Amino acid sequence: MLRPAPLLISLILLSIVSFIIAFSVGSYTLRFDQLLSAMSANQESIEHTIIWELRAPRAYTAFITGGLLALSGALMQVLLRNPLADPYILGVSGGASVAALFSMSLGLSTAWLSGSAFAGALLSILLVFGLSHGKGSWNPTRLLLTGVVIAAGWGALINFILSSSPEKPLRGMLFWLMGDLSHSEPSFLSPFVLLIALFITFIIARQLNILSRGELQASALGVSVKPLRIGLFLLASLLTAFAVTQAGSVGFIGLIVPHILRLISGSDHRLLLPASVLLGGSLLLISDTLARTIIAPQQLPVGVVTAFIGVPFFLYLLNKNFGKQVNA
Amino acid sequence: MSLIQCEKITVNIANKNVCTDLDLTIETGQVWGILGRNGVGKTTLLHTLAGLRSADSGQILLNQINIKNISRKKIAQTMGLLLQQNEESFPSSVIDTVLTGRHPHIDNWSWESSKDLQIANKALETVQMLDMANRSVDQLSGGEKQRVAIASLIAQSPQLYLLDEPNSHLDLKHQMQLLEYFSHLAKNSHTSTIMTLHDINLARQYCTHLILIFGDGKVLSGTIKELLNEKTLSELYQYPLHKIETEFGALFVSK
Repeated sequence: MLRPAPLLISLILLSIVSFIIAFSVGSYTLRFDQLLSAMSANQESIEHTIIWELRAPRAYTAFITGGLLALSGALMQVLLRNPLADPYILGVSGGASVAALFSMSLGLSTAWLSGSAFAGALLSILLVFGLSHGKGSWNPTRLLLTGVVIAAGWGALINFILSSSPEKPLRGMLFWLMGDLSHSEPSFLSPFVLLIALFITFIIARQLNILSRGELQASALGVSVKPLRIGLFLLASLLTAFAVTQAGSVGFIGLIVPHILRLISGSDHRLLLPASVLLGGSLLLISDTLARTIIAPQQLPVGVVTAFIGVPFFLYLLNKNFGKQVNA
Repeated sequence: MSLIQCEKITVNIANKNVCTDLDLTIETGQVWGILGRNGVGKTTLLHTLAGLRSADSGQILLNQINIKNISRKKIAQTMGLLLQQNEESFPSSVIDTVLTGRHPHIDNWSWESSKDLQIANKALETVQMLDMANRSVDQLSGGEKQRVAIASLIAQSPQLYLLDEPNSHLDLKHQMQLLEYFSHLAKNSHTSTIMTLHDINLARQYCTHLILIFGDGKVLSGTIKELLNEKTLSELYQYPLHKIETEFGALFVSK
């Protein structure tokens, strides 16, 4: 049996700490007491402006994006019954990237960028759904192969746009592809999307536990597998679409966060899914804080930092866990 | 009382006829064995009975209601299935796996109650795995995994147990205990069991009825007495079999 409270409480604390760090650290570093007074006071000080107009919106976007990605990754892994699945595996980010890069090469504004990225993501979702849903059965293997091939197609289009684009927008394009929060506008819709998704997944979480025992076993235990799978696909894809629209293709969070939590606390999705949101949000927020401070005043794309933190941490946990099995 | 009833069902798989216009009535207290060579459709028939695939024609009634009109969840409350293969995609503990058997009895909003946990523990005790409750399933041996799957089915506590080669990976003692358990359950708790088997002598010992699938569309069903004879079994397995009377009852051996 699981004890959800300690893990969730530690993750909530981690989230708060990462917000405090994100608010204080930067080219103008604030001490904790400065931070508190600047946050609470209704004033025109420079600290107040830095926190509320620069750092808070970006921290908020980073946290929400990380939560969206981690939740989507966890859902994709159940849907495809594949531990290597991540939010981008079915081509959602590919569609978004092609549309975003296209609008960048036309020199359109940031608002257009988000809109077209979202439209591209939706197009890709519909394409994969339609093509994998034709005649015959709708199973994870068919969905996975369709998605991976569509993603490869988008990849080719991305390379085409990159290689035929002039020098000037190229840097922005590369940053977008690597995942970058420096130009993102805070969205008021995505936290609601995240909360609604969490609510829905909380209701179906036990069915997801059963689904990981295999399709036949799940049916035999009373789960209506097909509608559940279609719902999972649409939900996970939409979450990815919102994340990609905000921050480009930030790698690694969606793949690694659910696995870290599986290693720590097991595979019960009633705990795994909310925990993924908290850990994914914190991890992306910490990564983004590092991305804008490590080589300041230059900024790194946050996707680079998530991998730098995620890879060693994950390998450490994996080793520890398998070491335990050998000794058992 | 009839628990599950097949009315003229025809089942085909991959252009192969498993059965045509098969009528079956399975009542509580009975233990049915499905016998036949590899690939004749024993598992397919079992999955059809479980409602996991639909028959090409005919209908299946579960407690007098057409199975097509019953929700998956309701079916799972009445009927449990032990699969031939388990395919866990993410490791989970033994007790959590057994608790999944309680799924059809719990509302979407609720978590497993202490009563569910008690049922799961009791099921683990039945298969003698209680001391491994907190182990991870992927660290278990084949036979132990099979016993966890059986415990999960016992925790589901349906009226009708469908078992697909329940004895696979099990040692002799656990094979006998398992068949003993389901035979006892059928007699005393108004349940019934349908299982695919490969051992004729175990079938004779524990089953009350048999379904013989010949592979060419011919299917015989009836009591052990009617069907267990040299001629029918030799035809079924396409291999000569000989009956020996012993003090433990009749034994079938290959010539």
